[in-house]
Amino acid sequence: MAEPRKVSFKINGAVREGTTEPRKLLVDFIRDDLGLTGTHIGCEHGICGACTILFNGEAARSCLMLAVQADGAEITTVEGLAAPDGTLHPLQQAFWEHHALQCGFCTPGMLMAACDLLRVNPSPTEEEIRTGLSAVLCRCTGYQGIVDAVKAAADRMRSSN
Amino acid sequence: MADSELIASGADSGAKPAKLVGARVKRVEDRRLLTGHGSFTDDFHPPNLAYVAFLRSQDAHARIVRIDADGARAMPGVIAVVTGAELARVAKPMCARSTMASYRMTSLPALAIDKVRHVGEAIAAVVAESRYTAEDALEKIVVELEALPPVSDVEAAATPGAPLLHDEAGSNVLVSREFARGASTSGLNRDAPPGAAVTVRDRFRFRRHAAICIEPRSYVAEYNSGSGELLLHSSTQCPGVVRTALAESLAMPEHRIRVIAIDVGGGFGAKSSVYPEELAVCALARMLKRPIKWTSDRREDLLTTSQGWDEIIDAELSLGADGAIIELKANVIADIGAYSVHPWTLVIEPVQTVSFMPGPYRVANYWARATGVATCKAPTGPYRGVGRPISTFVMEGLIDRAARRLGIDPADLRMRNFVRPDEFPYRTATGIVWDRAPFFELMERARARLGYDDLRAQQQRGRAFGHYLGIGFASYCELTGIGSATPAAPGMTVPAGTEAATVRVDPSGTVTAIFGVASHGQGLETTLGQVVADELEVPLTDVKIAYGDTASAPYGTGSYASRGAVMGGGAGMLAARAVREKADLIAAHLLETDPRISRAEGHSPTVRQVSLRDIAQAAYAGTKRLPKGIEPGLEATRFYDPYYGTATAAIHAVALEVDPETFAIRIIRYVTAEDCGRIINPLIVDGQVVGGAVQGFGAALFEQVVYDENGQLVTGSLMDYVVPSAADAPQIIAEHLENPSPTALGGFRGVGESGTIGAPAAIANAVADALAPLGIEPGEIPITPDSLFRAAAQRLQEQKR
Repeated sequence: MAEPRKVSFKINGAVREGTTEPRKLLVDFIRDDLGLTGTHIGCEHGICGACTILFNGEAARSCLMLAVQADGAEITTVEGLAAPDGTLHPLQQAFWEHHALQCGFCTPGMLMAACDLLRVNPSPTEEEIRTGLSAVLCRCTGYQGIVDAVKAAADRMRSSN
Repeated sequence: MADSELIASGADSGAKPAKLVGARVKRVEDRRLLTGHGSFTDDFHPPNLAYVAFLRSQDAHARIVRIDADGARAMPGVIAVVTGAELARVAKPMCARSTMASYRMTSLPALAIDKVRHVGEAIAAVVAESRYTAEDALEKIVVELEALPPVSDVEAAATPGAPLLHDEAGSNVLVSREFARGASTSGLNRDAPPGAAVTVRDRFRFRRHAAICIEPRSYVAEYNSGSGELLLHSSTQCPGVVRTALAESLAMPEHRIRVIAIDVGGGFGAKSSVYPEELAVCALARMLKRPIKWTSDRREDLLTTSQGWDEIIDAELSLGADGAIIELKANVIADIGAYSVHPWTLVIEPVQTVSFMPGPYRVANYWARATGVATCKAPTGPYRGVGRPISTFVMEGLIDRAARRLGIDPADLRMRNFVRPDEFPYRTATGIVWDRAPFFELMERARARLGYDDLRAQQQRGRAFGHYLGIGFASYCELTGIGSATPAAPGMTVPAGTEAATVRVDPSGTVTAIFGVASHGQGLETTLGQVVADELEVPLTDVKIAYGDTASAPYGTGSYASRGAVMGGGAGMLAARAVREKADLIAAHLLETDPRISRAEGHSPTVRQVSLRDIAQAAYAGTKRLPKGIEPGLEATRFYDPYYGTATAAIHAVALEVDPETFAIRIIRYVTAEDCGRIINPLIVDGQVVGGAVQGFGAALFEQVVYDENGQLVTGSLMDYVVPSAADAPQIIAEHLENPSPTALGGFRGVGESGTIGAPAAIANAVADALAPLGIEPGEIPITPDSLFRAAAQRLQEQKR
């Protein structure tokens, strides 16, 4: 077994440090070492997208990265989406309004993927939303509520900017 | 937060609705799920936690000769390595029982004992300080297996002389049952019955599917050796069922076992059975005096989580010249995999396929046989719809084949055979009772919303240019909220006809309602809250719904078979009414006797005139403040048994195009029209219908679990087992009729399985309609471009000859 390494990164605005085996997955480090269990693990082979986080601002699958790769990075997880006073992010609010979640297990990954989508394309068409979110699987909703929610959040975010 | 803030946009504008039931209430559970604060099983991390990993068989069928775990035991960080024989001493194998006469009982061990019966079956367990170490140690275990002939093909497995999976059963045929009604003779391919103008027959094949809950199965067990109590956090749909099974296998008193399932990441039936890993984790926690966690990875999920719907059906339908059904016959062979799932048994899929096949139609003469056969594959268990997706696929496929032969419009042919309004309650050929179902209105609604007449005209025009446009229907009726008259699984011995609720008012006047039904996405915290709040006439924010904890909930078997709203809603109403009656009595008494309590304006003497807080204060203060003969306290537990259950009917109507060159299928329009009775929350009902229909769409066109002839799983990842993404999924238009159930309390009918039942049948019929010029009638699910291409090529060959 390789020697444990120190790793330090900013997550949801706070610097967190730890020591980890070099082989440890980033998602395991986030969940087990940092106790941020909002990020979920659905497949561990990069298909379902439940573990999607923002890595230096871009959507990334934390099950396909090692914790040591995050050294010095800036990460946002679902726990970092709402404002510190608890005000929901427009995407969270819209997901709530449009019944875009049922069991809620894919939801953290779906929200983070949607954040990235709207950053790149602030006014996506329905087709662009569907394509943009096709890397996160949901088995409950049939995606209709999710697409409606992302559309509504995009409108809200554009009008507030 | 006020209730008005909970109403989702899209609701009728205006003031707060008089009743919460019927309103588009935003879900109570969403805030924690949206902010990453859910409580899923893998999120639990008790102190001193150890992790288990399972060594899994790479052979489909083999005798275990020797297991040498010394190398693994010597690794730093490894706590224990346990084999099947060792674990069986402290965890008795599970036995799913059935009263069905032809049922051959087999056992399901926590770890394989003498032999393995499918690829992926667990042989040994490694417990270590981390999951990484446990998985490393698996590689150090040496297992010697003596290969046995793999049993992969279901028809070969059923023949006498086939290698046996379970020696004690004496056959791989673990159940075989015949049904006959009316004048039907037994067997297929007999002379047509009197009056028959046409008999259509075909072989239908519904391939094996997997539920793919996005949360893989997960269990965390802790054993307190001081109190002798076991606590299991489980990703189960059925905490009560798990508790009972654990008590038996672990030889523990049931009241020393507590099962908790708060947030569960999808179930769809696949998390309703009790699993070997669940039993192993508990046994190991007790054996090693350490909390133990196991969370499946996706490969293990595809290898071991119960799969669904794997059947071959030979069926025939005879009709008169007027299109009236004369006789239905079906021979159902189910590939049930290696084990009988606990406690539902292997019987559930094949027998329910037979039970529901007559569907919404008047079928006087019916013969069917259901056979369940063991093969070297993962066990099949309940999967969203159980029996009905297949029975609907077969029956609706037969109806469309008959419509083409008779030259009758397929919608019309259905209407000629639907059970008529004056015939309810209608007992089907297999004895199931439809309380009332608006089949004709549903068909009208579906046709109108699809734009049926226009699409037919478009289809005719397009055919001249070689366009393949097709329209397909699927109509069905399903039994929901099943009570004690009809067991949820035929012959099953688990007591599953009831559910209960406890409604409790705190001294401050807030309400907690505790249920045995549990939620894994259905939104029961919201819908049951709406029901209870309405009965008590309190704001939704004053009601907390608790579930998924056997220590606090009255006994119940959980959420499956579209029973949450009917059973939970009914039990919640009964318990809330009991509390309400008592509260009213106390309120009236307080108004007479207590000068501190003042009368509110404009109401008759009920709870409305006195705050629930004042009533609760008096109730807990004791006899001195209560009317004579009223027991102190303000809570009630009530059990509900809807006896027969109720019926939910739906029609799916789909228009699609098949590409004439690639045979790719594109959905143009997809409409569901269903009647789930009184709707508690339209937002949630739409979610269930749309989500279910998309799951059924995936089942129809993409998904298939593939085993090769050696019993090796070919579809072991989500790259091979493909579920629909947002880019694949069609838009679903959901139409609702709302005829309250005449039999179930509150008028609710279940809706959870509705979507998956209709989609494969409707899509298959639409593809056949599109390809009618080629004479292709798909008899196999999933329908792939590849299979259509081959069928078309075959047709061309036949035409050349």
